Amino acid sequence: MTQKFRLENVGLINRNKKLSFKFNGKIYFGYEGDTLASALIANGVHLVGRSFKYHRPRGFFGAGVDEPYAIVQLYRNNETEPNIKATEQELFEGLEAKSVNCWPSVNFDIGAINNFLKIFLPAGFYYKTFMWPKSFWYRVYEPFIRKAAGLGVASTKHDKERYEHKYEYCDLLIAGSGPSGLASAYAAAKNGARVILAEDKPRFGGSLLTSDVNIGNQSGEDWANSIISELKEMPNVVVKNRSQVFGYYDHNMLVMSEKVSDHLPKTKKYHPKQRLWHIRAKEVLISSGSIERPLVFGNNDTPGVMLSSAAKEYLKVYGVLVGKNPLVFTNNDSGYETAIEFKKNGINPIILDSRVNPQSEIIDEAISLGIKIKFSYVVVAAHGYKKVSSADIAKISDNKKELGTVENMKCDCICVSGFWTPTIHLASQSGNKTKFNEEIDAFVPGTSKQNETTLGSANGIFTLEETLKDSFTAGQDLSKKITNNDNKISFPNVVEKKSSQHDKFWCVPLPKGKSYKRFLDFQNDVAVSDIEIALKEGYRSIEHVKRYTTLGMATDQGKTSNLNGLQLVSDIENKVVPAVGHTTFRPPYTPISIGAIVGREVGKHSKPTRKSPMHSWHEKNNAVFVDAGVWLRPRYYKQGNETLFEASKREAKNVRTNVGVCDVTTLGKIDIKGPDAAELLNRVYTNAWLKLPVGKARYGVMLREDGIIMDDGTTTRISENHYHMTTTTAQAANVLSHLEYYLQLVWPELNVNVVSTTEQWAGAAIAGPKSRKLLEKLFPNNDVSNDGLPFMGYMESDLFGVKARIFRISFSGELAYEVNVESDNGQFMWEKIIELGQEFQVQPYGTEALSTLRIEMGHVAGSELDGRTISYDTSLEGLISKKKDFIGKRSLNREAFTSSDRQKIVGVVPLDKKTSIPEGSHLVKDAKAPLPNKKLGHISASCWSVEHDNPFSLAILKDGKNMIGEKLFVMSPLKNKVIPVEIVSSHYVDPKGERVRS
Amino acid sequence: MLHIKCPYCGMRSQNEFSYGGDASVKRPELNKEISDEEWDNFVYNRKSLRGKHLELWQHLSGCRQWIKVERDTATHEIFNTYKADEEIS
Repeated sequence: MTQKFRLENVGLINRNKKLSFKFNGKIYFGYEGDTLASALIANGVHLVGRSFKYHRPRGFFGAGVDEPYAIVQLYRNNETEPNIKATEQELFEGLEAKSVNCWPSVNFDIGAINNFLKIFLPAGFYYKTFMWPKSFWYRVYEPFIRKAAGLGVASTKHDKERYEHKYEYCDLLIAGSGPSGLASAYAAAKNGARVILAEDKPRFGGSLLTSDVNIGNQSGEDWANSIISELKEMPNVVVKNRSQVFGYYDHNMLVMSEKVSDHLPKTKKYHPKQRLWHIRAKEVLISSGSIERPLVFGNNDTPGVMLSSAAKEYLKVYGVLVGKNPLVFTNNDSGYETAIEFKKNGINPIILDSRVNPQSEIIDEAISLGIKIKFSYVVVAAHGYKKVSSADIAKISDNKKELGTVENMKCDCICVSGFWTPTIHLASQSGNKTKFNEEIDAFVPGTSKQNETTLGSANGIFTLEETLKDSFTAGQDLSKKITNNDNKISFPNVVEKKSSQHDKFWCVPLPKGKSYKRFLDFQNDVAVSDIEIALKEGYRSIEHVKRYTTLGMATDQGKTSNLNGLQLVSDIENKVVPAVGHTTFRPPYTPISIGAIVGREVGKHSKPTRKSPMHSWHEKNNAVFVDAGVWLRPRYYKQGNETLFEASKREAKNVRTNVGVCDVTTLGKIDIKGPDAAELLNRVYTNAWLKLPVGKARYGVMLREDGIIMDDGTTTRISENHYHMTTTTAQAANVLSHLEYYLQLVWPELNVNVVSTTEQWAGAAIAGPKSRKLLEKLFPNNDVSNDGLPFMGYMESDLFGVKARIFRISFSGELAYEVNVESDNGQFMWEKIIELGQEFQVQPYGTEALSTLRIEMGHVAGSELDGRTISYDTSLEGLISKKKDFIGKRSLNREAFTSSDRQKIVGVVPLDKKTSIPEGSHLVKDAKAPLPNKKLGHISASCWSVEHDNPFSLAILKDGKNMIGEKLFVMSPLKNKVIPVEIVSSHYVDPKGERVRS
Repeated sequence: MLHIKCPYCGMRSQNEFSYGGDASVKRPELNKEISDEEWDNFVYNRKSLRGKHLELWQHLSGCRQWIKVERDTATHEIFNTYKADEEIS
């Protein structure tokens, strides 16, 4: 294929490097420096997709981020990505892309039938039509809409690319490298400020690359290049291309997406595909430029109708003609610049100018070049299906209401210019209340809310000289405030052509008897008639009109359509545009890949993993791990072909008959020191703490101020003013914050320090009837008899040369101890326990056996302390001191907390002694009662009781106290189970607690 | 993301802090007889102001100090930050 529309010797592409690429299965060629769009246009391809609603043919409308049509599915390095703008995607060797939103193919699209049925698809069509009958939604409507609509398909494969996050601080962040960005960056950099200059395109310079101006006796492009090369050499400046500042958040934090590798066939080793920058800037300069506005006329969505600035960019940057027989339709001087570039390259454009008799230097130049101009003329409608082939044109009356005789004119493209819309998204996101500028018929930033300054055409300034002056000054003044340097820069001489006033006219009336679709929003197929319907149906707020018609929604967020939509609403409503107001600009300015947002926090990096010092031993001994908060804990130790159920039963049974050892390092540990430590504990826990002797541990429950249980655990008095508190694994961090809150804010007079020591101690629970015998082996020099170390006793010892703490506490309900050593000695301790425990048949046990043991004992854990239960509910009311005040006590006399049929913990056993009860099931009186069946309680934890060899569960049951012996039903609609059960005591094993004291 | 000046550590990003609610709430003294209404006001009832709000934050991933932050709830402007025991003028 030849590149029939490529000019020789024009453009900034690298003609020495020819690239091949595939579009919809066909091979084409382009050059390095092309975008997919410019390369396709060079090959004469204008049909790239189908529209969202009517499936009308879609071509190219813009040349950059504002593109509403040319969205493709990209294939790169065996991966696929949807929602890629062909106008932004740089060409690389082997690039493959396909059209989206067309089925079965872009040339023949079944959905295009919508175009002929369009009378049925007005605004709100989906809301109105697919509502009824209800059952049709899932079966018929949704599958059809999903197949017919959509802007591409997400890959279902794991994304192997690497995305990075970067955090950066700077004095000035400058968004956009057009004339205002370059001038302000240069001035600020010269003053020594730390500057980040961001440009979303691959090339720096913005409008300077396409406009015919002269700065300091250089062309705009050369001036831009010289400034950029100088900035790149400065150590205080970061210059980034392919980087879009897309969000302006609180406290001057901005987020920028840098496309590091998207322009390459494959991401280089150790490089990310994209990098997301979080930038905290002292000052932000918004030099984001402006986007040309479309003019609205019949069939203005036909491929070949495009913005005149885009046509100029294709020509000047890429050396590509968008057509060889162009029509330029304009209401201002910008269209002339495009026409002049065509003419200079041997093409004869015709200009239709809606204005009556405009005069300016540019118009004079066009006339002197011999370009044919028709004043007071408009395009009424474009013709041609897959590409423009002709246009109906007509003279328009001075009041812009009446059309003259319509004549048809052959053309292969229509370049439109309806003047310029400042890109105010970032300013608006920062909280700037925008204001309407009558002179340019557009919104511009008003008073700054954060430290942001908008410059150049983004601020509604359209002359180069004024832009540069403002920008040099802004860069200089803002940097001076920060660095105190004041380097004056001499202002360069600027040569540009003066423009005349634009025409406020923007929408061509329909000729009599014609009902052409005149599109406002090109991505969402919103036409003038849709807005008219919405208003007729009573929608008034622009936010409602937007949602009803989808105007300004979807991936381009109305970059080209917003203002024309507002103009129309204000015209119909007979209001001025500022009275209608604009919809909210929200980040991101342009679509950002999910990968970039997630960054490196994927897979095992999605959260930190904490491992106990004994982790490698567990691994070597076939532990199967489970996530416990951020910790990895052994769930069970697999022997042979054992299942989880078999293994946990074996481990639990061994604790009940011999001795087991469990890694309890993950328990939260808080070291508490100070003369008022006992007083703090006394206020934090519900029971009394002032008289706990040194060398003794005590179990305690702490409440929130609303009376609900926050956590439980044992605290041991190590010495006079020194306590060791344990918390549950899950609540460790919250309990520490809780203590700090009271010590720092509520009772600062208490002289106490708290610090987390969770990671400093490795812990092993040794439980079972033979645990004392094992302990005697471990600590031969200590008296660990029932008298020497009684229940809830504590001693410090020496484990073969290693400092150890021994606590006689029990979670399993057996005679048990917990040994702590410094973390570095954890593995040593563990191996000693296993080694010396062999003669007592010691076995390690995991969290599953641990649960079994505590459930059948009726000990509460996280599933009962679920943020909804009070001490009474969990049978811990005996630990509530009547003599002292403590956190949350005042809440306990609330009516609901004292009612006589209050919920309480009970045990649940299935009548058949066989069926396991799913956790979370409901308890009901009558399994056959009509719905909604009254719930009496829920199953909080279930196990297979190794003591009784049948299933056993704990439940929180209404009036549980009086329900022991009752027969109820457990219902689990999720598991489709109904199980007859008997309510028993929650203490299913050793109800008197004799074993722990034995 | 907010930028909060910890009185001990300096300017830090919001993600180092955790929010702790209205700083003007005072816990009733221990062992003091108070009405249900007073207790409810302490535990539950908050004003949910629009505008200047004195609130608690803890510099969780930093010095772990609870600090007071004077912030506008509508604009997120932070006027001042104080240590827990600092006099607020």
